[in-house]
Amino acid sequence: MNEPKSSVCITVNGVEHRCEVPTRLSLVDFLRETLRLTGTHVGCEHGICGACSVILDGDPVRSCLMFAVQADGHSITTVEGLANADGSMSVLQDSFCETHGLQCGYCTPGMLVATHSLLKTNPNPSAGEIRDAISGNLCRCTGYQQIVDAVQLAARRVAAGNGNR
Amino acid sequence: MAEKTSPYGFRYIGAKRRTKEDPRFVTGRGRYAADIQLPGMLHVAIVASPYPSARIRSIESAEALALPGVRYVLAGAELCAAVDALYVGVDAPKVKRYPLADGLVRYAGEWVVAVVAETRAIAEDAVELIEVDYEPLPHLVDPEEAAKPGAVLVHPEHGTNVLYHRKFVWGAVDEAFEKADHRLAFRARWGRSATVPIETFVAVAQWDAGNEILDIWASIQMPKFPDQLARALRLTGNSVRVHFDVDVGGSYGVKRGMKHTLLVSYLAMKLRAPVRFLEDRLENMRGGDMHGPDRIFDMQVAFDHDGIIRAWKIKALDDVGAYAGRSPLQLGKPVSAICGPYRIPAVEYEPTSVMTHKTPQEAVRGFGQSPTNFAMECTIDRVARHLGMDRLELRRKNLIRKEEFPYRIPSGTTYDSGDYHTVLDKALKAADYEGLVRRRDEARRAGRLAGIGVSTCLEPSGGNSSFEPLFNPKNETTTWMDSCLVRVDLNGAVTGVFGTSSSGQGHQTLVSTVVGEVLERDPSGIRVIAADSLNALPSNSPVGSRMAIMLGGAAAGAARKIRDTLLKIGAHNLGLPLSGVTYRDGDVFDTLHPEKRMTWDQLVEVAHRKFHKMPPDIEPGLQAKFVWEVPTGGTLPTEDGQVQMYPCYSFETHVVYVEIDPDTGKPVLQRYVVGHDCGVMINPDIVHGMTYGGVAHGVGAALYEKFAFSEEGQLLSGTFMDYLIPSALEVPEISIVDHCTPSPLTTFGQKGSGEAGYLGGPAAIACAINDALDPIGTAIAETPMSHLALWSLIRAARAKPKMKDAA
Repeated sequence: MNEPKSSVCITVNGVEHRCEVPTRLSLVDFLRETLRLTGTHVGCEHGICGACSVILDGDPVRSCLMFAVQADGHSITTVEGLANADGSMSVLQDSFCETHGLQCGYCTPGMLVATHSLLKTNPNPSAGEIRDAISGNLCRCTGYQQIVDAVQLAARRVAAGNGNR
Repeated sequence: MAEKTSPYGFRYIGAKRRTKEDPRFVTGRGRYAADIQLPGMLHVAIVASPYPSARIRSIESAEALALPGVRYVLAGAELCAAVDALYVGVDAPKVKRYPLADGLVRYAGEWVVAVVAETRAIAEDAVELIEVDYEPLPHLVDPEEAAKPGAVLVHPEHGTNVLYHRKFVWGAVDEAFEKADHRLAFRARWGRSATVPIETFVAVAQWDAGNEILDIWASIQMPKFPDQLARALRLTGNSVRVHFDVDVGGSYGVKRGMKHTLLVSYLAMKLRAPVRFLEDRLENMRGGDMHGPDRIFDMQVAFDHDGIIRAWKIKALDDVGAYAGRSPLQLGKPVSAICGPYRIPAVEYEPTSVMTHKTPQEAVRGFGQSPTNFAMECTIDRVARHLGMDRLELRRKNLIRKEEFPYRIPSGTTYDSGDYHTVLDKALKAADYEGLVRRRDEARRAGRLAGIGVSTCLEPSGGNSSFEPLFNPKNETTTWMDSCLVRVDLNGAVTGVFGTSSSGQGHQTLVSTVVGEVLERDPSGIRVIAADSLNALPSNSPVGSRMAIMLGGAAAGAARKIRDTLLKIGAHNLGLPLSGVTYRDGDVFDTLHPEKRMTWDQLVEVAHRKFHKMPPDIEPGLQAKFVWEVPTGGTLPTEDGQVQMYPCYSFETHVVYVEIDPDTGKPVLQRYVVGHDCGVMINPDIVHGMTYGGVAHGVGAALYEKFAFSEEGQLLSGTFMDYLIPSALEVPEISIVDHCTPSPLTTFGQKGSGEAGYLGGPAAIACAINDALDPIGTAIAETPMSHLALWSLIRAARAKPKMKDAA
């Protein structure tokens, strides 16, 4: 069909993508369906649950509330881009595994995006600050506790200098 | 986090161990049903009924079909003629349910037409072009009205809106009520909420024409899913292959998705193309058919001056919405713990399941137990208040004592083990109960509304099907097995295979830990896979807090068979009797001369390659299956409805401190402690995680979440803007205190824990809120105890002259 399309140039996890996308294509559908980066999840499509969170030019955003065309010229990091350069898990990812900060894993990419962003600006957050940072990300499995534990553990490990694994 | 070494003296069970599953999820490599992308895959969007009750006069779809990219428009008439109706859990064969309505619609949001297109966006465009002409009919939203004779009928063919009703009397109830010093009666209401996973339902179907097999990838958690799907499609069971290796993004009971899967299956076979349906959140909330129990409890209790409870009567009216499924059986599970953790010698239970023009109910975490626990704990607190007795003293007097186990309750179930008093004491100590009382009293003196709640509740576990024959005499299901296959390959690597889907419970971790324990091999090297339904051994899926018990037991059983085979191979080749050899770390050696040994690699090589060295009557290759029936299962109920329901009984006590802002009605849970005894924990981090999560569900059900319907039968809370899921700011920090009373019925002493936290949470929160409201002479026995509900009560109480709650 003759759907209106637009050209975009979007950098995702360091890789530049130049393509034509339907103008009405949401950013999360672009990531998931076009680029096949299925780590980013869709939970509510109305901006509440946070499962679709990605990092846009350094800040966490809801990719269900943006069109792909709005990301034109911007740089995006998804959960697939959070690992270390050598492909090993980041301290934060590893800490989620250590505290079992997840169960079904569905909200986890959003939680990682939110807390990765938090730790960039606040390397030593209190439990309250962590809860505040993830208050826009809903989780139905964990009751959030082991997520808070994971972020605190990651912060401690980075501070102690043994986090670079 | 868990301790490094097992507190139970096991090698791996109970010790800190990272899960098998977490790494793929934190790196974005989970594989959920929505991630399945098949060549040429088509997409479905739904036209839903705007009316709660109406006749479909006509459906006009020409314009939609003309839209480029649209491949098919399916309405109920075609589908209902081609497939069989979905399974009904009780004896109500005329309550027919199909994925699409045919003729009548019975709730607002019911699916009427499915549009298939090359993209989801085109399918949604086409939905807008379909015109359905409805003739609105009278509707019902009030379950009490619906249960009355002469009510408008949701399913006229069924002749009544009542799906199930029975009065069970176990023990001398009336006599106890006559003789007791006191009697109390009140009504409690459990609002309609659900576990609402963040992943909606997703189903993908592909017809493999070459092999004539229907392949299914779906986000499901459901017993007998492949069989029911095959039956509805009029296919043989071996024509349906459900791929259990998709990750399910949360379920907690609700991910049944049978109608979703039946719909895409039919379309995939019809159109000879892979078809996916991925619910959006709005579809999920109104038409996903996953609302939870919606109950009115009429509670009566008879007790003496000294606080001893002699009997209670529980009347439960449950509004299951417009169709049945398994939902009426959610009134059945509570029979397994109908007197709670208390010594109550006589119980009357009168469950009624009724239909209204609302979204259908589905299994929700605890399968009806949490609402019942809530009503029972509200009763206990009211008894204490009536007698002016301390609530803890009253509980301690009535709780079953440790030495009384195994304890048979009036409804015929025997509780396996427990030490309720100790768990309660440990939780109170951890919470600094005396300190909390001082804090509460200080807050009250300062003019604030503060309260403490304590609940003592059971989690029936080991999921059995006894409520099926209990609620439907035509259903003689007494088998509720689970199974595992363990295989050692030629290179000596171990693989465990199970046959169900996982939605965060950590089954791979469970199986690897248990197999590692038995075979004395490091679990990190043990691979665990979920087979598809044609390759798998029988399973009844992770329902009813059963997998630690059932899959854990099956994995242990299979691993023991492997170990026995290795012992036989070792003994045979060492020229010793079986009694003369020992198994350790995978090697088999002469017990008296340990240097005479065969290593794991040597034993495996014999099993796979050296038939000449095999003992007689041993199968070559090295694999073993173990299928086992649920412990204590296998019997039908008696005439008067006595039955051994679940095998194992976990216990939890919650201690909650709440303060309510009198001006906004906002309750803040300032301290939350859970004492928990689920026997031996196979992976404590997993158990604790489920418990934290269960509490969060409990916080939601108790304070925030409600599928509210208008008088017009419209769902008022169909988005996350109005159906309020607690965030990290509403869920408090939770302290868990573990206790271990092993179950005598299970392989390692484990009990179930998948519903932990949720089963005692709402009860304790309700007790805390009521303790806070008591000084102003008001009370609440209805969930959710929303800010508005509390604010209204506080306002009304303050408008009245001061008086003490008469209840």
